[in-house]
Amino acid sequence: MADRSLVHIAFYAALIAALGLVPPVSIAFLGGVPITAQTLGVMLAGVMLGPVRGALAVLLFLFLVALGAPLLAGGRGGLGVFMGPSVGFLVGWPVGALVAGWVMQSTREMNVLVSAAIAAAVGGILVVYAFGIPGVAIMAGLSLPKAALGSAIYIPGDLVKVVLTALIAQTVARGLPGAVLSRS
Amino acid sequence: MISLYLQGDSWAHRLRAGWKLLAVALASLVLFQVVSVWAYLASLAAVILCYASLGREGLAQLKLLRSLSFVLVLLLALHWLSGTLNDGVVIVLRLVVMILAANFVSITTRLDDMLEAVQPLFRPLGVLGVSPRKPALGVALVLRFAPHMLLVYGLLREAWQARTGSRNSWRLLAPFAIQSLRMSDNVAEALKARGGSEGLSR
Repeated sequence: MADRSLVHIAFYAALIAALGLVPPVSIAFLGGVPITAQTLGVMLAGVMLGPVRGALAVLLFLFLVALGAPLLAGGRGGLGVFMGPSVGFLVGWPVGALVAGWVMQSTREMNVLVSAAIAAAVGGILVVYAFGIPGVAIMAGLSLPKAALGSAIYIPGDLVKVVLTALIAQTVARGLPGAVLSRS
Repeated sequence: MISLYLQGDSWAHRLRAGWKLLAVALASLVLFQVVSVWAYLASLAAVILCYASLGREGLAQLKLLRSLSFVLVLLLALHWLSGTLNDGVVIVLRLVVMILAANFVSITTRLDDMLEAVQPLFRPLGVLGVSPRKPALGVALVLRFAPHMLLVYGLLREAWQARTGSRNSWRLLAPFAIQSLRMSDNVAEALKARGGSEGLSR
């Protein structure tokens, strides 16, 4: 792995961290569920870096959290979060970035906007929830449908982030095409 | 620096990071097998006693529970809906104990010590031809990049506010993405010019 790749991986890990400092937005018509910007970073890592480096960026971020940096949204961090009910989502993040990067690469012929939206939705929502919901079910002793119901409240917020990911990917593809590493 | 670490010189601070990690791993394995409310209440008391042994600042760390309250209440509500409220109470109790215990390790161990304790885990990377020092270098880069990104964004936002009067806009995303990506390219060049991660002196 070249040093340049390491810098890129660290860059997206830092982006996920910086997005965690953006205060959560509660949207009234969604029942006041707090929406954080953090998974936007996970989607972007996969879409921009491609599968392997994207997943490594998320892993590096989670490594820092485990070491004790309070980088998760709401200033959470440390080993405690890996004991919490949402640990399945954290496990799903690197896999989600991996899948998002893979989708981005295999839809190379498509327009960046469309391709990034599909990649972010499949990797950042489908895959992440496929890990997150069983995680909630195990950690909280709930049945899968109940766990899904509890997790579903976050999906509208995630759809907003899919749109943002697609817009950012397209902007960067125009302004700094070399930075869309998943396609170069 | 950004860390959960709480300054101090208590018994918990003096314990080796590796032992603390091992202890919390074993404790969570045991707690997952036990299902008695009394055992959880006893371990909750023990964990709170640990926090109390750090003094007033230690007890203040229990504020962690406040940020968890939303999720915990949601879990209780779901259990109540499925008619398993008793199970729900036990499970929430278990989660609280495990989270507090793991967090106790994080607040009494410096980030550097933690990094050193897990460093041997990266030794197998050497077999794959990747330097085992790369994860540590990655950590250092992240810790430097994150505040820089906030700075770049802050400057863009101030300029935007001066021009338009409004505080924030999605229009800042494009210049932010491009400026901070350029910065990372410069860092990559600088790292290469200094001999890369292999050239770093230990």
